[in-house]
Amino acid sequence: MPNRTMVLGVIGADVHAVGNQILNFAFTQAGFNVVNLGVMVSQEEFIEAAIESGAQAIVVSSLYGHGELDCRGLRDKCDEAGLKGILLYVGGNIVVGKQPFEEVEKRFKAMGFNKVFGPGTPPEVTIKALIEDYEILEKAEKAE
Amino acid sequence: MKPVLLIDFGSTYTKVTAADGESGELYATAQSFTTVKEDISLGLENALGELKSLSGISAFDECYACSSAAGGLRMVASGLVPSLTAEAARRAALGAGAKVIKTFAYEMTEEDIGEIDAIAPDIVLLSGGTDGGNSACCIHNANILASAKANFPVVLACNRNASAKCKAILEASGREVIPCENVMPSFGQLNIEPTQNAIRDLFLKRIISAKGLSKAQALVDDIIMPTPAAVLEALTLLSEMTGELMAVDLGGATTDVYSITDGLPTRAGTVLRGLPEPYAKRTVEGDIGMRYSARGIPENAGMDRLIKISGESEDGIQKWIERIHENPETLAATESERNMDFALASLAIETGLVRHAGTVETVYTPMGVAYQQIGKDLTRVNKLILTGGALIKLERAQEMALLAMKTDAYPSSLIPRDASVILDKHYILSAAGLLKRNHPEAAKVLLGKEFT
Repeated sequence: MPNRTMVLGVIGADVHAVGNQILNFAFTQAGFNVVNLGVMVSQEEFIEAAIESGAQAIVVSSLYGHGELDCRGLRDKCDEAGLKGILLYVGGNIVVGKQPFEEVEKRFKAMGFNKVFGPGTPPEVTIKALIEDYEILEKAEKAE
Repeated sequence: MKPVLLIDFGSTYTKVTAADGESGELYATAQSFTTVKEDISLGLENALGELKSLSGISAFDECYACSSAAGGLRMVASGLVPSLTAEAARRAALGAGAKVIKTFAYEMTEEDIGEIDAIAPDIVLLSGGTDGGNSACCIHNANILASAKANFPVVLACNRNASAKCKAILEASGREVIPCENVMPSFGQLNIEPTQNAIRDLFLKRIISAKGLSKAQALVDDIIMPTPAAVLEALTLLSEMTGELMAVDLGGATTDVYSITDGLPTRAGTVLRGLPEPYAKRTVEGDIGMRYSARGIPENAGMDRLIKISGESEDGIQKWIERIHENPETLAATESERNMDFALASLAIETGLVRHAGTVETVYTPMGVAYQQIGKDLTRVNKLILTGGALIKLERAQEMALLAMKTDAYPSSLIPRDASVILDKHYILSAAGLLKRNHPEAAKVLLGKEFT
């Protein structure tokens, strides 16, 4: 199996640790090399960890409703740091209140996220998406 | 009875200590000016003459030395991300007793090589990438380093998947390369001991002769380590006996700060962030010192506070700082000069402690208040040792350290706030670290008598 590394963490001032542990377990079991940063992770920490570990994906959780503010500018900073084309995933209760998911997804994709997941998404769904996206990256790498 | 001679070749003074390798008894200490430019053995002979007459011992069974003469062990460290592998590399070098002249992060440039050539370091430490992680950066930097003109060995502690390639590149340029384990094998894991051992071996193998100290080596059984490494060894041994502690070594040109503790959060609900801290940690402030680097003290702590603590005028303080910068051997002679030295020392200790210690930040989350700690929490450390020529010569040393700990200028800093202050009055820390190598029990007795 190729080296599939990801950086995982809960962004911003969010201290929800349980879901983070579940995802860490599920992704590790699925064969990914998970660099788990835990809770209260800043954008800079995600990026620095991705640079050192050579990760191909950053998987961001947010549970407390402020995810939209916390995630803004992450793609730009990745580009700036040389992480061009890195996969950006986000999931959880990522916006305030109950909003139609299609709109939320659209807004986060416009921010540069490759995949956006709503509340209650089982880890298997995310894992399936990750495997597909990693395979695309690996094919592109081989073609080069 | 087993008299052992312990020598510390400092940049200014050669300090000699006579102690017993069995009982740990301290017989005598003496010092003389270091004569590294002419012949290092001259200064040693002078100090030895005094030591022999003081102790009444004419022959020693064993003899060990440490050295920070001729500029100490000068290193350049490099890594990928400034707060991660670059910082891990810097800490590894500092803990091995080196003077880190410069730390590079990310990919080095042609201009950087010019700078490294100008520094002419004794050793360059190349790191970058976790194991299996980024390898492009350290390979790039190996290529850049291979083009340097200065002749330095490279300690290689990078991503293990890139290590062989980096080694080949550097060796092709005729450089000595010492590969060792990654300083940060996985994210957030610090692994600095293999690197420190490699640095220490290189120090023994090539640095000593390169610095004109081999003549001294012929006089003693062995120059076993750089002086700061000996101090760190002694402090670690002492902490095994008496619990966690800190030390400040206030010199003329630099201020070294040591802490021997895990520094984990002491307050509930605190999230620890950043790179893990080494249990035995050393930091060096190159811009803060009592003589050459006195100018750095008001620059960092503020002239207003120097005025307040010393009770002297700004004009008078300026003149004094200029004078001691130009003539580092100047000793305070008048009441007013002593007051100014007192204020300088207190603020130098304060700045050194603040830079060494971690910080805590209050974060207001929708779920309530949380605390975020970066670095070591040293608030509960209850023992602070003061050493260094500058401190030992000063009066009221205890008082200046207490003043530094009580500072209200840095409310978020996790410096010790209520430690008891102990003075290294016979200047035996480095000697005890040397003695520990072959006589750990005697070193314990020696330290116990001085510091408990």
